[in-house]
Amino acid sequence: MARSFSANAVQIRRPDIDRFAHSDAAAERERNQLPWPQFTVADLNFFYGNHQALKNINLIVPNRRVTAFIGPSGCGKTTLLRTFNRMNETVPNTRVEGRIRLGEHDLFSYPVTTLRRVVGMVFQKPAPFPKSIFDNVAYGLRLEHRLNKREMAEKVEQSLRRAALWDEVKDKLHQSANGISGGQQQRLCIARALAVDPEVLLLDEPCSALDPISTAKIEDLLFELKEFCTIVIVTHNMLQAARVADYVGFFLNGELIELNRAKHIFQNPDQQQTQDYITGRFG
Amino acid sequence: MGNVVISTPGMPLPSEKLFRKQTLVERLRKGDEAIHLLTMAGGWSIILITGLLVHHLWEYSRIARHQFGWHFLITSTWDPVNGLFGAWPFVYGTVVTSLLALILAIPIGLGAAIFLAELAPRSVSNALTFLIELLAAVPSVVYGLIGIFLLIPVLTAIMPAFQKFFGWLPIFSGTFYGVSYFSAAVILAIMVVPFIVSISREVLLAVPIAQREAMMALGATKWEVTWRTVVPYARQGIMGSVFLALARALGETMAVTMVIGNVAQVSTSLMAPGYTIAAVIANEFTEATGDLYLHALIELGLVLFAVTMIINALARLLMLSVRTDEVAL
Ligand SMILES: Nc1ncnc2c1ncn2[C@@H]1O[C@H](COP(=O)(O)OP(=O)(O)OP(=O)(O)O)[C@@H](O)[C@H]1O
Ligand SMILES: [Mg+2]
Repeated sequence: MARSFSANAVQIRRPDIDRFAHSDAAAERERNQLPWPQFTVADLNFFYGNHQALKNINLIVPNRRVTAFIGPSGCGKTTLLRTFNRMNETVPNTRVEGRIRLGEHDLFSYPVTTLRRVVGMVFQKPAPFPKSIFDNVAYGLRLEHRLNKREMAEKVEQSLRRAALWDEVKDKLHQSANGISGGQQQRLCIARALAVDPEVLLLDEPCSALDPISTAKIEDLLFELKEFCTIVIVTHNMLQAARVADYVGFFLNGELIELNRAKHIFQNPDQQQTQDYITGRFG
Repeated sequence: MGNVVISTPGMPLPSEKLFRKQTLVERLRKGDEAIHLLTMAGGWSIILITGLLVHHLWEYSRIARHQFGWHFLITSTWDPVNGLFGAWPFVYGTVVTSLLALILAIPIGLGAAIFLAELAPRSVSNALTFLIELLAAVPSVVYGLIGIFLLIPVLTAIMPAFQKFFGWLPIFSGTFYGVSYFSAAVILAIMVVPFIVSISREVLLAVPIAQREAMMALGATKWEVTWRTVVPYARQGIMGSVFLALARALGETMAVTMVIGNVAQVSTSLMAPGYTIAAVIANEFTEATGDLYLHALIELGLVLFAVTMIINALARLLMLSVRTDEVAL
């Protein structure tokens, strides 16, 4: 029997994608106190035109944990992240093969706008809308929910607090979002994504343009967010991955080399290539 | 102080030669200065031209200004034979036709620009944009001919039916004889749509992909991304295209004079013939006998200049006060 989760490792063996809904598997999971799979990816290939950016990816992203994707530039981390909220579909000339499940359902069976509310995303470069701070956070809410003024204000405050930004901006909610620092803008983008109560938060190198203090703030934030949110983070910073991640996946040339508990990856990875990468011998 | 050696007099530090004052030729060769001078000359020439223009209009309208004062603006009699000149019918005609033209052109132009920038496949978009830019280059006399031979017959044919439903409104009342404020406004709208489309399309295309993706990642539909993110982001540029269109409409002469009827009167009904400032200047300039007549026409030019400035300023204020993020879907 293919065991996709062993007691201490999320193995890369092809996950038995239809098995998770099965009650035996559920019971086993309870017994071992293992996280539920948030994403289950089987035989995923992704093409930009003729260029294959992801090759036969099989993995599980556990629910309410922080999973970090690491690997050298161009290995396909962003591409994989963007398949999780189907953002790649907006790029012309692309093709995706294979199966992805969000929870127990096929990712591609959700209406795409619903999916993107469940799976929020924060981009590498903060892209606040040229509006007030308040409006930025309220933007996603205005799309669907019909909240009255008070509910809206509460939701905005809650999201800003969750993003550890409230204290810094509470006096200037109605000023332009372009007038705050890069680190604050990035946390604003996180708040904006959190406002619609996503189940998953995808973060693509969220700290690459930030100073150490802002970075530390965002890292602290991740610990709190994972109480109610599954987090997938792409990072080039090995120390950051070691600090925040529960699981780490190492990618190379579009392939997943290994995905395992963070401690395992950083202390005694199964693959030589992983060892080489994390010790800085190539990449 | 002991061991700190700063510099021996007479022995320049190597960096000192960098501080040598550069000659003018050297500085010009570097490019920055030359470009600075050139662009500054360009900037000043705008002010110079505007200044000369206003000065001449002011100077050569002297007699009319002294004769009529502010009454020039508010009286409606235009009687060269008896030396009575009032500008109000022309001001009215200019403002009414231009604003109506904008009301017709903005939705069409913006809609077309959104279609070309956001929805149409790139090849279709480029082909159509090429056509539209051709339209912008068609001489206005050609639009005038289209107005006379195509637009007016069509309007004359459909107007009775239209007036059956809307004729009770003062602005659509009265018999429609073809030449009218309305015909002029429609021709103007046709003429300015290409400006709005081609500029707005450019600014819409220039909205960063990051803005669109940020909105999509919040679960927005294509339409929501366009209407709530792309259009507001491009607002400034779209406004710019509208101002250009407005300027063009206010100053348009040939096409307007061919379809407006050239009657110096003020009517509430858009179905009635009228006159505009630019049209009357062009039509009467050659036959202006006597200094007062000439100066009255030149004062009309001054008034057109002022009207353009005022409308532009008002339009800007209006746009600034509209909060686009509150726009309902
Ligand atoms: N829009 C695109 N069109 C064509 N090829 C692309 C596109 N985006 C990415 N690629 C290619 O796909 C591969 C994977 O890119 P991806 O952006 O996923 O890498 P990455 O691991 O995120 O790299 P980085 O660490 O530099 O962000 C690269 O070879 C890249 O050149
Ligand atoms: Mg990337």
